[in-house]
Amino acid sequence: MYTVADLKKGLKVTLDGDPYIVTAFEFSKPGKGQALYRTKLKNMITGVTLDRTYRSGETFEPASLEERRMQYLYKEDTHYTFMDNQTFEQVQMSEDAVGDAKNFLIDNLEVDILIFGEKAIGVTLPNFVNLRVVQTDPWVKGDTSGSDSKPATLETGYVLRVPPFIEEGEMIVVDTRTGEYSTRVKG
Amino acid sequence: MAGNWHLTRKREALRARARIIQEIRGFFIDGGYLEVETPLRIPAPAPESHIDPVGADGWFLHTSPEICMKRLMAAGYDRIFQICHCWRTGERGRMHVPEFTMLEWYRAHADYSALMAECEELVCSVAGKSGFGAKLAFRGRNIDLAPPWERITVRDAFDAFGGMTMEQALEEDLFDEVMVERIEPELGRERPTFIYDYPASRGALARLKEGEPAIAERFELYIAGVELANAFSELTNPAEQRVRFERESALRESLGHPPIPLPGKFLEELSAMPPAAGIALGVDRLVMILLDVTTIDQVVAFTPEEL
Repeated sequence: MYTVADLKKGLKVTLDGDPYIVTAFEFSKPGKGQALYRTKLKNMITGVTLDRTYRSGETFEPASLEERRMQYLYKEDTHYTFMDNQTFEQVQMSEDAVGDAKNFLIDNLEVDILIFGEKAIGVTLPNFVNLRVVQTDPWVKGDTSGSDSKPATLETGYVLRVPPFIEEGEMIVVDTRTGEYSTRVKG
Repeated sequence: MAGNWHLTRKREALRARARIIQEIRGFFIDGGYLEVETPLRIPAPAPESHIDPVGADGWFLHTSPEICMKRLMAAGYDRIFQICHCWRTGERGRMHVPEFTMLEWYRAHADYSALMAECEELVCSVAGKSGFGAKLAFRGRNIDLAPPWERITVRDAFDAFGGMTMEQALEEDLFDEVMVERIEPELGRERPTFIYDYPASRGALARLKEGEPAIAERFELYIAGVELANAFSELTNPAEQRVRFERESALRESLGHPPIPLPGKFLEELSAMPPAAGIALGVDRLVMILLDVTTIDQVVAFTPEEL
């Protein structure tokens, strides 16, 4: 059980049966009044943010969350399937829950899956993922437009800006935290 | 070994802070006030339902210099001020450190409206003489210090911003929540705001308004949503003060706060105190506002975590 004294950014609590993460927190005390703890809480399943104010003495149930290393298998309709390589247990996640991570999911990629109760609610990717460029215009020698980047489409369908010298079919390293090109895969 | 970088980079803020405190002192000395120093460790602070004193060898570190300063008033010191540290358990946040610096001043034969005017003069004088001028930028807002400042009653503020009346908020035990969530952010947006005439239950040491016993003559000063000062027309009736203290003590106990003894000598001497008004202003916060910084940590040399 947490008390208001445990409140801080990043704390994960259960509220009305759903897991929430504290995204903002402020101690306040109106003149001669009681101590109040103002929080912003984000529902970790729906993404909806709530403003809640708590008084001293109030308590919170910790969110029972577990992170498990899993492998991405495949996508079917709007569901993504992952497998625990130790237990061979499989979980499915909706496209909404996968979120932007879908731009970097390639078969057999190892990721961390956040589990709440029985439900997979989030994916944490490695910071860097190698992905193949499936379409990009060739670099025209003598191009004088002065542009220092061009669009490229990756095998996941994700489009990003890459340096002009990247060619179709090449592997590049993408920083999944920013979604930006990092370097060429050496090899 | 290199010095502490976090401390070194506070140099500008600490210089400004020292200057501001010097100008505060000058303002009161020029105004005929006597600077006093009262003990920081006292046997019995004023019991207030939501303020918890720090224990010190059987006594307490004061939560404000109020009790001793009023005893001086009762003994005939009719204009006094003090700049001192105060301690309040558990108060830590962007605007709070548990040991903070308070400016408190008392003036005999004056009421809270006289203190509003004096507050305007003080802040304008200090801002001007410390080189900040009359127009401030704070928290992304432009604040014009030119008097007169905005004045709004607590009742009107609930009607305008609270989404419920003051009476409803009290009845539903939501007064503090509505104040913090809906009203405070609306106060002092373009110029400082005095919010005044609090419910009687919210001013344990304040005089009640004549002909309106449900209202205490108390105001708070806000700048850009930040509470800067709290003032009363002081209650000088010892019997009434004792009843209020006992009520606060009972409330404290019901909230699970440790009991504190009543300040007996203060209650004995209170009947000799002339009609007066008193005010406490958070010096750290005034420095924050003038310097336009976001946390109190930036204007004190050491936070508790840095010790």
